[in-house]
Amino acid sequence: MDLSTKVADQSLKARATRVAAIAAAYADEVDKAGRFPAEAIDALKSERLMGIQIPVDCGGEGRSTSEIAELCTIIAQACAASAMIFAMHQIKVSSLVSHGVDAGWHRTFMQKICNEQLLLGSATTEGGIGGNLRNSICAIEVDGDRCRLEKDATVISYGKHADAILITSRSHKDAPPTDQVMTAFLKDQYTLEQTHVWDTLGMRGTCSDGFLFKGEAPAEQILPKPFAEIAAQSMLASSHLLWSALWYGIAVDAFTKAQTFVRAAARKAPGTTPPGLVQLAEMSSQLQVIRSNIKAGLGNYEQALSDPDRLSSMGFAVAMNNVKIASSEMILPVIHQALRICGIMGYKNGTPFSLGRHLRDAHSAELMISNDRILGNTSTMLLVHKQETGLLG
Amino acid sequence: MNETIRTLLAKLGGLPVAVDTITDSADLYAVGLSSFASVQLMLGLEETFDMEFPDHLLNRKSFASISAIETTVQSILEDRKVA
Ligand SMILES: Cc1cc2nc3c(=O)[nH]c(=O)nc-3n(C[C@H](O)[C@H](O)[C@H](O)COP(=O)(O)OP(=O)(O)OC[C@H]3O[C@@H](n4cnc5c(N)ncnc54)[C@H](O)[C@@H]3O)c2cc1C
Repeated sequence: MDLSTKVADQSLKARATRVAAIAAAYADEVDKAGRFPAEAIDALKSERLMGIQIPVDCGGEGRSTSEIAELCTIIAQACAASAMIFAMHQIKVSSLVSHGVDAGWHRTFMQKICNEQLLLGSATTEGGIGGNLRNSICAIEVDGDRCRLEKDATVISYGKHADAILITSRSHKDAPPTDQVMTAFLKDQYTLEQTHVWDTLGMRGTCSDGFLFKGEAPAEQILPKPFAEIAAQSMLASSHLLWSALWYGIAVDAFTKAQTFVRAAARKAPGTTPPGLVQLAEMSSQLQVIRSNIKAGLGNYEQALSDPDRLSSMGFAVAMNNVKIASSEMILPVIHQALRICGIMGYKNGTPFSLGRHLRDAHSAELMISNDRILGNTSTMLLVHKQETGLLG
Repeated sequence: MNETIRTLLAKLGGLPVAVDTITDSADLYAVGLSSFASVQLMLGLEETFDMEFPDHLLNRKSFASISAIETTVQSILEDRKVA
């Protein structure tokens, strides 16, 4: 058989699995050095995965959020930082897909993302505002057909490596903090002056340094919808779902290591029950809850996509917030349990059972839009929103 | 009803501008209504008109402007009369 003519499997899963293999090879090095996972991102680009969510008539593959979530889970099992970069990029793309298909400039931009496999960054966090993405201090200045923006962006993941940044601001200099817009700036339309260094416990490869952003571009690059709508209808849901999908991937990989460890022990001493076996069963149950929660959330989102009223309803926002809260909290005990099972082999770096990276990466989940802040928002809505009391709705 | 809504908005809306400078159709979120304040406003309306917002009307559209609120409240009060 002539292998050179064998066509590689082009299913999404196969493409992501090939990316994951490359991401896995560099994951420890990326984590240790806190460097950009260039090899994994190059692999994403050569598998042409950057534009898959974009509609076919704008040059993409029109893939669903569920399909993209699955890719996040696959890649996170190899390198959570690479998966997070992919997820954040796709969250930005979802804003363009949901709110830019009727705008000429943004349609052309989507074509360009597909053709050139561009990587999009995000700047919502701002000095003085923290993680409250529905408030801005900085304001965009529109002057004729040009716009200008300066922002103290305290966290921009892979800021130096992005090909464009989608950035929030107030809509004009007299606007209240909640009246926001989002603007797409291309790399040659802004400068970044580094203000913070990303030397963190986990998610080190996301290189989420802080920058003073200064940009100038044609005003048509401002997305033609208030950011309030973009946040409610695409960003919050896709963030919570894609983040949860990759956090699940971290926990699943920790479980897989623990299971391999227990099976090896069982093979060495047939006829006895190896330690850790019962804990494994408990972890399996917890993982099933996390997985079901994310899958139900994805189903809920995809149903709501055809109904803008439902997308911007409180019931939907509460449901998406709850997916994030539960997945970000529930993965930690699973990883912790895996660490107990693998013992010193899990605690040590550089063994097949090392779990340090999993544990540290997973701890970002509760902070990434602080769970306290999200619970605060949900609790406000519960003053009027009624809890679902039935099982089937 | 319009006056009652405006009074509640002035009391609970936490807006940076005076309510009488806002037109009936102006986007309330753009003039600074936060989501926390919009919930407080809903509670105020429920108390004043002795009714409850059904979940399907708890969305941005129902509270986007003074006239949207008026329409929303009116539809709830009318549904109640029919029931
Ligand atoms: C891996 C990673 C990558 C990121 N990448 C980006 C990026 O590319 N672009 C970007 O813009 N941002 C990014 N962020 C930042 C993220 O979006 C949040 O802004 C950030 O995680 C929250 O930061 P904070 O803890 O300073 O903020 P805050 O939300 O201000 O929280 C600070 C503390 O105050 C408490 N607190 C604040 N508000 C409330 C409240 N209402 N109720 C109760 N308690 C409250 C919280 O418990 C928390 O302990 C990233 C974060 C991570 C972890």
